[in-house]
Amino acid sequence: MNLSPGLPCKSAKRLVNLTIQRKGMGGMTTMIAIEGLSKTFGPIKAVDRVSFQVARGEVLGFLGPNGAGKSTTMKMLTGFLPPDEGRATVCGYDIATQPIAAKRHLGYMPEGAPAYSDMTPRGFLAFIADMRGFSGADKRSRIARAAEMTNLGHVLEQPIETLSRGYKRRVGLAQALLHDPDVLVLDEPTDGLDPNQKHEVRALIQEMAPQKAIVISTHILEEVEAICSRALIIASGRVVADGTPAELQARSPRHNGIVIKCSKEATAALTPTLRQIAGVAGVEIEPHGLFVRSLPGLDVFDAVRVATRQRAMDIKEIRQEHGRLDDVFRVLTGGATDADILAQTAA
Amino acid sequence: MNALCTVYKRELAAYFATPLAYVFIVIFLALAGAFTFFLGNFFERGQADLSPFFLFHPWLYLLLVPAISMRLWSEERKSGTVELLLTLPLTPSQAVIAKFLAAWSFAGIALALTFPLWITVNYLGKPDNGVIFASYVGSFFMAGGYLAIGACFSALTKNQVIAFVLSAVVCLLFTVSGTSLVLNFFTGWAPPGVVEAISSLSFTANFEAISKGVLDAVSIVFFASVITLFLFANVLLVNLYKAR
Repeated sequence: MNLSPGLPCKSAKRLVNLTIQRKGMGGMTTMIAIEGLSKTFGPIKAVDRVSFQVARGEVLGFLGPNGAGKSTTMKMLTGFLPPDEGRATVCGYDIATQPIAAKRHLGYMPEGAPAYSDMTPRGFLAFIADMRGFSGADKRSRIARAAEMTNLGHVLEQPIETLSRGYKRRVGLAQALLHDPDVLVLDEPTDGLDPNQKHEVRALIQEMAPQKAIVISTHILEEVEAICSRALIIASGRVVADGTPAELQARSPRHNGIVIKCSKEATAALTPTLRQIAGVAGVEIEPHGLFVRSLPGLDVFDAVRVATRQRAMDIKEIRQEHGRLDDVFRVLTGGATDADILAQTAA
Repeated sequence: MNALCTVYKRELAAYFATPLAYVFIVIFLALAGAFTFFLGNFFERGQADLSPFFLFHPWLYLLLVPAISMRLWSEERKSGTVELLLTLPLTPSQAVIAKFLAAWSFAGIALALTFPLWITVNYLGKPDNGVIFASYVGSFFMAGGYLAIGACFSALTKNQVIAFVLSAVVCLLFTVSGTSLVLNFFTGWAPPGVVEAISSLSFTANFEAISKGVLDAVSIVFFASVITLFLFANVLLVNLYKAR
């Protein structure tokens, strides 16, 4: 093997950069490119022609119900499973034909953050550092840095099997970060953590985001809103949505709708007035007041406020909804219809 | 090469990180001694050689080697670390070879610890040390053969007990294939060439050929081929069963 462990990604990056510039996409550097990836297990099509790209600086949230194909896609991206069709490249290296070069640029935390349980975190990280070709002072400083970033300091000498779930997860993260990879793939990084630990892990991901291309899988939607610059929803092996969290929220039938909390009498009086406003698609009566649906892409908040001014005394609250990612997720993955979401009353 | 050495060291250290290594070595030495002195009548024979010691090695390995090899891949698959290992910059073949070499070294350590017997026999008489050396080499290669079979079956399942039983059965077939137990089954109907081929697969016969004193090249090649063949199958199985 003549590939030195510290082989910089530059040559590959330059290559990718050129092709990107030709496409006229500006300074974005594509670090992960997946084209038409498919995988079948027996009769089940686990992943069906999935394609996406991730650039440096992006945090891609990979969403989907359990069994949708998130983990399988990640396993193919990281070279663990060979795809039946399609290809995946990391920093310009094809994971199927140049696996060693691709894996050098990749930090991967598999589902459940597996680690050799008979080792201590220090021993385990030393093993990973050796595998990545680091030695001497460089190795020691990298282990120290990874342990510091993941707050492993005081458990470094305890066998991994005796650690709590949160610490095991951090050992998995430290292992993925050790070589400061260009591409980071984390399968459910915050699963099973308490709220404080979740916050720490999210802060860590955000801190690293500008220098890396990060893919995280999760089914916690608040996490996507908190840290992801882009979200990809996958259901039954197919990509059903790809956009920023805000763009996805806008797909909710409740997006830009207005919740008015008011008394019963006010409800009856306001309904006809509100229906006449241009851009209003409908007015639903809800237990604590009204819900005004707007036509797609229109913002009727100001018009509604003006129209309700003479009844201002009866109105306890008036606010605009952005639509919840949960609802969009449920509709896109077949867990609910638009009508179900509209029928949900405002909290 | 670097990655291979790293995995090798980790695997070898993993044996000693659990009581497995110590339990194994103690039992191996105790059984080897018991077989030599009680079943092999080491003293009663009145001959300065170690043939009663080596005679029982195939049977000793049959019982104990699958215990070393069963964890090699089953444990990785059960705990999910196989996904971690195979997404590190190393090829599946390197991982297979590294794990096999670690297990083989461990078996070598256990075998080497029987050295007091060699000293004893030299103290008591004048044995042919060339024969004893050849037997040790033969025994080491035979252990390699059993280990390669065991490692291969370990890659087949997440369950270490199943891995143990499967490898023990296949090892048994290779151990007894030269005996009438197996050969009588074939002699009735199979052509003589096939019967001869089956009997030449016997670990016992090949080991005996080495321990006769000549470092028989054919038998060493036989064990080396068994190791190569099963490690090749091991790589295929590791790739095939990753998904499940």
